[in-house]
Amino acid sequence: MAGLNLRNPFLLASGIWGESGESLAGAWRAGAGGVITKSIGEGPRPGYPNPTIEVYEQWGMLNAMGLPNPGMDEYPREIEIARRAGATVIGSVFAGDAAEFARLSGRIETTGVEAIELNLSCPHAEGFGTEVGSDPADVERIVRAVVDRVQLPVIAKITPNTADAGELALAAERAGAAAISAINTVRGLAIDVTLRRPVLAHGLGGLSGAAIKPVGLACVWQIYRRVKIPVIGVGGIRTGTDALEYVMAGAQALEVGTAITFDGIGVFGRLHRELSERLDALGYARLEDAVGAAHLPSP
Amino acid sequence: MRCYISETVALSVRTVVEVTDTVLETPSTITLRFSYAPPADPGQFVMVWLPGDDELPMSLSYTEGTSKGVTIKAMGITSRRVLSLRTGAKIGVRGPYGNRFDVSPRRVLVVGGGSGMAVLAPAVERALTGGAAVTVALGATRSSELLFRDRLRTAGARVESATDDGSEGARGYVTGLGATLLETERFDVVWTCGPEVMMGKVVAAARPKGVPVFCAVERHMKCALGMCDACALGPYHVCIDGPVFPAERLTSTEDFARFHRDSSGRRVPFGPPAPG
Repeated sequence: MAGLNLRNPFLLASGIWGESGESLAGAWRAGAGGVITKSIGEGPRPGYPNPTIEVYEQWGMLNAMGLPNPGMDEYPREIEIARRAGATVIGSVFAGDAAEFARLSGRIETTGVEAIELNLSCPHAEGFGTEVGSDPADVERIVRAVVDRVQLPVIAKITPNTADAGELALAAERAGAAAISAINTVRGLAIDVTLRRPVLAHGLGGLSGAAIKPVGLACVWQIYRRVKIPVIGVGGIRTGTDALEYVMAGAQALEVGTAITFDGIGVFGRLHRELSERLDALGYARLEDAVGAAHLPSP
Repeated sequence: MRCYISETVALSVRTVVEVTDTVLETPSTITLRFSYAPPADPGQFVMVWLPGDDELPMSLSYTEGTSKGVTIKAMGITSRRVLSLRTGAKIGVRGPYGNRFDVSPRRVLVVGGGSGMAVLAPAVERALTGGAAVTVALGATRSSELLFRDRLRTAGARVESATDDGSEGARGYVTGLGATLLETERFDVVWTCGPEVMMGKVVAAARPKGVPVFCAVERHMKCALGMCDACALGPYHVCIDGPVFPAERLTSTEDFARFHRDSSGRRVPFGPPAPG
């Protein structure tokens, strides 16, 4: 997919287990098809104070970590640890403008990662993520600056917090992106009525998990109809059936995050097995044959 | 055993409770008691949110029944603010999280420094209730900072103390006292909690004796759910793989007693900063 040779379609989503190299290696050993790093910026960034997370029993969680990361000077050490474990590593970067994206991508390219994912979609960090990734013209400018700088495949991770995710994906494709990942978290808020205040220290956060699966599916569906490059589906995947829904909406690979919090890192092995069983049961010889299947007229 | 929230997901939903009592245990350490029904075991921790301020991992210093408690030493800005909390203050609580001490061994040596005794005290009480003989090596800077000395004695533990200034018990670090006890007496297990460098010394002292050591580790935490990676320690996450670890797991990592991670995930050496 997109010039990447993945051993299976399930990738560790950025932001989960990705601050330390040994955690990335652990996700790989648990069966992830590839691991995506925490989004890395120029310098060390502590993120927001706690509470950074609110859990919902049935439908996922809300977080505002605030893009904590050790910074591009320190982080290559962690990537090296993951690579020594044999992991396929995709480097995620965030930045405030096209020039900074290009500079950081140029640096992470030399660390042994096999692709670069651009965080154009974090919904709760001032000056980053969604704030630079909501306008198709901005997305096109950023992706083009990165594609001009690096040789590796560039994946644009786009936001669902917009009127038309397909338009953002199209802009990324025009600029030379090798793939689109969709979606990042959906902007959300939790309030404690006793205390009469937002729960998260930052106020606004990003919702993930089961609740956002229909949102992710809709975005992947829209994007698949607009672009020719591969789509990586992410948002609320916890079972093989969830994964197959994304595949039928148009995804060629999948990212998994919140399910790890709920079910543990062993979720990778289970998802791979469940998806294979579902494909077999439906008579698909290969995953590729099911990609976009829901777009075809019913037989 | 890892503790994933799929097994205990209801406990991860935050509850706002009132502080029912506060006890100034030492000049720098306070206990907050609050009513919180979920069952807990010694070793486990809760995330305590001080509204308008931070949310911190705190070991349960009282685990039995519904009246739970946490005991905090004023170190950072937030924990200093805890000292000013009064009965009736509202705090957010989620948990308990993490694993627990196995309280079945018969002859237990406990080595606690600083606020480390907060997590060890309920384990000592449970072990004593189960008929174990417990010796506690209790350390602090000075006599007035020896945490839970009277509580432990009342429960039936033998308490030996060490103070940096010699104002009570042996003069010097509690690790020296622990090493002496290991040298002269027989124990089935050692439990320790305190600064990581201190626990590293306890582990080193017990190794030649062949006595297994369990350490309750404290690391920077954010989610407490095995997601955010803030508490990564080698291949482990302290929130779901710990906080109680058999020593050999810790010593197999590069970081134990040498590096912690700050809130950005950077590895930072323990101890005073290098000159310059």
